[in-house]
Amino acid sequence: MIEYPITIGDRKLESIPTRFGYGDGLVELGKRNPNVVVLGADLTSSTAADRFQKAFPDRFFSFGIAEQNMSAAAGGLSLVGKIPFVSTYGVFSTGRAWDQLRTTICYSNLNVKVGGAHGGVSVGPDGATHQTLEDLSVTRCLPNLTVVSPCDYYETKKATIAIGEKQGPCYIRFGREPMPVFTDEKTPFVLGEVTMFRQGKDCTIIATGHMVHRALVAAEKLEKEGLSVRVVNLHTIKPIDVKGIIACAKETGCIVTAEEHQMMGGMGSAVAEVVVQNLAVPMEIIGIRDRFGLSGDPEKLMEYFGLGVSHLMDAVRRVIDRKKKGGK
Amino acid sequence: MRMNKGVEELRQIATQIRIDIVKMLVQAGSGHLGGSLSVTDILVALYFNHMNIDPKNPCWEGRDYLILSKGHVCPALYAVLARAGYYPPEEMLTLRQLGGRLEGHPCKSRGLPGIEVSTGSLGQGIGVAGGIALGLKIDKKPNRVYSVNGDGELDEGSVWESVMSAGHYKLDNLTMIVDNNDLQIDGRIKDVMNLYPLKEKFLAFNWNVIECDGHDFKQLVDSLKKAEATKGKPTVIIAKTVKGKGVSFVEDKAEWHGKAPKPDEAVKALKELYALRNEVGRWKGATVELKPPKIAKELEALELEFAH
Repeated sequence: MIEYPITIGDRKLESIPTRFGYGDGLVELGKRNPNVVVLGADLTSSTAADRFQKAFPDRFFSFGIAEQNMSAAAGGLSLVGKIPFVSTYGVFSTGRAWDQLRTTICYSNLNVKVGGAHGGVSVGPDGATHQTLEDLSVTRCLPNLTVVSPCDYYETKKATIAIGEKQGPCYIRFGREPMPVFTDEKTPFVLGEVTMFRQGKDCTIIATGHMVHRALVAAEKLEKEGLSVRVVNLHTIKPIDVKGIIACAKETGCIVTAEEHQMMGGMGSAVAEVVVQNLAVPMEIIGIRDRFGLSGDPEKLMEYFGLGVSHLMDAVRRVIDRKKKGGK
Repeated sequence: MRMNKGVEELRQIATQIRIDIVKMLVQAGSGHLGGSLSVTDILVALYFNHMNIDPKNPCWEGRDYLILSKGHVCPALYAVLARAGYYPPEEMLTLRQLGGRLEGHPCKSRGLPGIEVSTGSLGQGIGVAGGIALGLKIDKKPNRVYSVNGDGELDEGSVWESVMSAGHYKLDNLTMIVDNNDLQIDGRIKDVMNLYPLKEKFLAFNWNVIECDGHDFKQLVDSLKKAEATKGKPTVIIAKTVKGKGVSFVEDKAEWHGKAPKPDEAVKALKELYALRNEVGRWKGATVELKPPKIAKELEALELEFAH
């Protein structure tokens, strides 16, 4: 577990979509390695892959609205030494082309990188069809696959570069809407290792993606109530940082997880798998509760689906209460 | 390098491969006999005549790539790879056994030499082949890519995404061979899902189309040469075949899609194939004869009966 304290406080944070981090990460990778190629499925600007396309037009390949072939072809490109990034919305790259991801890419353990744009309900007005809420569940069950869900622009850029330089299949999830940038170039990011952004002893919030910023805000507010809440950023969903999670369970005695994703099979489930098999402590899982998304304003949707700061604060109070009652 | 074997020797090899397939399947007790026998001649023509390969150095950079998109007929590929020298022929009898490298469907990470990618879920191999072909084009490399597909497999929509994309990128280094045995698990192609007319579909996607008899080595070899000579577009060879080819009671029967012969059926099949082997001549390259324990006794008698 890397400790790197971050305070949000009254700072006015700039908001940038995490997808821009993906696009800028691709450009940086493109400069570092001529074998990096990017594949698009007619969503090149909305995944921010157009940044790479503009920088390296000869290394961008359009596959039309045909994600199954794009994923299989990525497998083929990797077999001749290319490092292909499949770039489309998460619902398509992990949904429509899931079997290609499973059998061609993961079963063959190919060096293919899969981007999943439009993660979560914060996609907003486009509604449920385009809000990826299942990708973490359906990717983390695939052997050989690394699954990453970074928290803001800078971390998405770092994560994109990191998976591009790691051998083997990797999936990266990112979002559409501008979100607060609270890390910077220097914030540590190590694949497979959680980062503790805030120390605390009463409870740990383990958050991923857009929920990390909210977790920090919630923790700071709870401090005023006299609660000491640790905030841990779980950016690598798989392989999961077992040691880091056990340390949180041991040191704070209860855990709240927070993700902009279905509760079933997602990051909270992954954490629970570690907790119940090692050191069972009370847990609350914040996520989408077995529903599809809706159209609406991104921020209003986050509140509507129970992903707001107040929901996190409630969950922390509940779980600490359960801890005090001996886990009941 | 190309093996460039002549038609006569190709026939001998194909007969040996069919014998190997029957023996592998009877020992495994499961597997796909019908399609393995229909695709045999296609794979023999590719490996023993046309493709640039180096079996002792399977990852040779200059090699041509073969993707068995219809992964369920891997017994035929496994036998061809063994007889071409990629791995020891004795290992063929480990088909579908725990701890072996010959998975029920081809598995890249089991490490069997010559398996480029895992296949078995239909409709993906042709996309992989297209990706390889595109990658080779980017690097201006001369290697060729072959994708062997089933006709039933062409029901998968993903196949047509790949066909469209190969036409779009003018992948003339890609050849697709359709093992057109006209049967799929549930029956005739036209009854399960009418795929025809097939040629016109490929033409519409800007492909070159060659039709041939998939059991005639002269036609197969000529078609592969024509495909290689075609520039500016990918080529599909629609090879008319007979499911179960070479074993009379298996031929053209959908029920033999996913079935292995029982010991008595295997002996009956081998009798026909041994007779054929005596007719076309025993291939001198087959230094090891498989002796599946399940039919050890019967095989001994059979060897005596057909000994020269």
